[in-house]
Amino acid sequence: MSTRAALLLGLVLLVLLALAPVDLNEVGVPYPGLRRYGTYILTLWLVTAIAAMGVNLIVGYAGQETLAQAAFVGIGAYLTAIVTKAGVPFGVAFAASGLLTFTIGIALGFPALRVQKHYLAFVTLAFSVLCWLVFRNEQWITGGVMGIRDIERPSFLGWPLRNHIRFYWFVLGITAIMTFVLWWIVRSPWGRAFTALRENPLRAESLGIDVRLYTLLAFALGSAYGGMAGSLYAPLVEFIDPSPFALGPSLLFMLMVVIGGSGTFLGPFVGAGVAVLLPEWLRAWETYYLLIYAVLVMVMMAFFPGGIVGLAARLLARKARS
Amino acid sequence: MTALLEVRDIEKSFGGVQAVCGVSFDVHEGEILGVIGPNGSGKSTLFNCILGQLVPDRGTVRVNGRNVTALRPSRLNRLGVSRTFQLLQVFPELTVRENLVLAGQEHRGSRLARLFGARDAGMGAEADRMLDFFRLKRLEDEKAGSLSYGQQKLLDAAMAFMSGSRLVLLDEPAGGVNLTMLADLRERLEAINRETGVTFVVIEHNMEFVMALCSRLIVLAEGRIIAEGAPAEVRRDPAVIEAYLGH
Amino acid sequence: MTDFLQLLISGLATGAIYALAAIGFTLLWQTSQTINFAQGEFVMVPAFLALIAMRWFGVPFVPALVLAILASMLLLGVAFRYVIVGPLIRRGVLPLVISTIALSILLKESVKDFYSAEAQTFPTLLPDTLITVAGVSVSLAQLGVLAVALVTIVLLQWFLAGTRTGRQMQATAQNPTVARILGVPVERMILYTFLINAALAAMASLLVSPIYLAKFSNGETLGLIAFVAAIVGGFNQVRGAIAGGLLIGVLDNLAAAYVSTAYRQAIPLILLVLVILFRPQGLLGRREERAV
Repeated sequence: MSTRAALLLGLVLLVLLALAPVDLNEVGVPYPGLRRYGTYILTLWLVTAIAAMGVNLIVGYAGQETLAQAAFVGIGAYLTAIVTKAGVPFGVAFAASGLLTFTIGIALGFPALRVQKHYLAFVTLAFSVLCWLVFRNEQWITGGVMGIRDIERPSFLGWPLRNHIRFYWFVLGITAIMTFVLWWIVRSPWGRAFTALRENPLRAESLGIDVRLYTLLAFALGSAYGGMAGSLYAPLVEFIDPSPFALGPSLLFMLMVVIGGSGTFLGPFVGAGVAVLLPEWLRAWETYYLLIYAVLVMVMMAFFPGGIVGLAARLLARKARS
Repeated sequence: MTALLEVRDIEKSFGGVQAVCGVSFDVHEGEILGVIGPNGSGKSTLFNCILGQLVPDRGTVRVNGRNVTALRPSRLNRLGVSRTFQLLQVFPELTVRENLVLAGQEHRGSRLARLFGARDAGMGAEADRMLDFFRLKRLEDEKAGSLSYGQQKLLDAAMAFMSGSRLVLLDEPAGGVNLTMLADLRERLEAINRETGVTFVVIEHNMEFVMALCSRLIVLAEGRIIAEGAPAEVRRDPAVIEAYLGH
Repeated sequence: MTDFLQLLISGLATGAIYALAAIGFTLLWQTSQTINFAQGEFVMVPAFLALIAMRWFGVPFVPALVLAILASMLLLGVAFRYVIVGPLIRRGVLPLVISTIALSILLKESVKDFYSAEAQTFPTLLPDTLITVAGVSVSLAQLGVLAVALVTIVLLQWFLAGTRTGRQMQATAQNPTVARILGVPVERMILYTFLINAALAAMASLLVSPIYLAKFSNGETLGLIAFVAAIVGGFNQVRGAIAGGLLIGVLDNLAAAYVSTAYRQAIPLILLVLVILFRPQGLLGRREERAV
């Protein structure tokens, strides 16, 4: 897709998404707009997609495995909740969340990537459990299992975001910016280096590409996306406790990116959509939801390892040929 | 005159098997040096020790007088040493042009400039030159994976020159290439050596190719140098004939 | 001092169980490049197979244990090999990693939904009577666990080093391509590895469940400890996994006694970080050639 077509498509999607919660009957379009809960789910989808974009950078572009994305989301969420309650502006908390998780990413990735491929997976696995222990045990700051309640939604340039539609627009705007930034990275020479080190690290290294450094940068950037998603998650749900940041949810982040299509640009959005919407659709089956999800993933891996986006691309190509 | 590449007393063994035992040689600016030897004579191990892919047990490697022993391959590459691999190693998912840009991008500007700057990292003109030189211009937007084997081999070689390296090590460049393509490849390599003075070290099995291309040969057998000299001399050397035909 | 000795013995007992799980994990990784993220669940499930045999079908205790081991070998060995790993290994490492993660969720949820979400008591072969030797009292059950686990490990080592099949398996682990050239039936050796892994996991399961109860979520901790033990000991060594398992078992027990219980779980993780920082090849591992 050409640069202009991609930007245009992105803009159209952005406008459509911005209109999703608006009642259009007043302007003559028979569309009632999403209700409060629908808007909430849509916002949750965006926040999840930001974290999933980070995982996609690590898994799909740099070819590593991360099992700590939910922990990074948790770090961003707790940091934001704690400091905004202390009176720090949201913007500062958001930036700090990104910076802190980026730094932790460097500190974790550096020793792990010296060794061999799967060590990052093990190190992040250990980190994920450690974070969860801290969230649960350090009651004086995290509230322990009782969590932190009544997290305020911020205001943007003096415009309060308490209203769910306004907050949705705010999150949508940030998502759009972060999507653009990632798109820029992926199509810059950095993105080319990422592709090279995923496909053939030995050859990439011989071409002067510092494989270790680029992998580290991809991991730290991807983790920072997790942290920033967490910073948005805290004011969205207004109450946080350790459970959504445990190891299980970190594994689900991996699964959703692969289901969507790892290494494709739209994959994380599709995967996050499945992960957020599937439990809504399978309401009646609530107990069996994870079971169904797991089977779905295994079938998917066996038959369409390219994920939903990969499958769609293949079907489109076949249609175009016939 | 100091040598461009100076290899001294390289030793490397794998679990008791000595693959390279004390190899020393110099490579001078503008030279095309061939390294030949029967299978298992230690050529590839020697190559990998020089290039930092393996860490030698003993010995030193100097480039332009600077000690580069056991330096990581990416650092070595940024110091002006390129290589190709025995098996084809292009990036099949990238286009021909992107492969070339990739091969050069780490050598120009800062890493930050590569993030915020132009998509081709300022390598466009250089890539064009290489596309013309290796006659790949009409294929520039094809995925590298869709090229014929010979064309990929040309691209593979072209990538080694994108960095402006003064020393290029080629690991069996002729392997699996058909005769017409082979003549083409040799002619292009000779031309680039003539025009830019780039120095080559070539490991090769194809005797005819290596005899025609190289100005000097080193013969390895069982991890040691058994002969050294101009192709015509080496061809007549009884020790070489023994090593190839003996046992 | 006697306190310390008691902790040491109970630590070795749990450590020997961890070692069983870690050995299987290492073997699987070596012979078939399968990193099994469901290893913890492999240790969780067999206890429930035994419980199902006993409570649903009224099988007596000891035959139920045997049945559980055999069923595990079938389900977690043969079926895992042919239904999940077989079709996926050709697709590359990532799909297989993802699939084993999904498998871990599937096993956990199946036990929770179809058996019970509550922790289950699990009977033990040996009574919990304390015996006191020179002032140190240890339970018979603990000694039993230690003995069974150690005998299993010794048998396994003998099998790997002393029999033709075992040596063929080791050749396969070191270099499948060369092993194939040498005429080793590589496919069969890989299947054996899966069977051994399942059997070891089942042993670990049946030994650990009387101590910590059987619960669907046990796999999370057990799996983590198996990875940590394998890496701490040295990823490319069976004896590394044994040492790693024992070390973590002892540390875990000492930590439970001397460190806050809240952070007991953190001890192996900190050990992992230290090893990766200062001795990445593991305590007993060989340094591998630079990959890149």
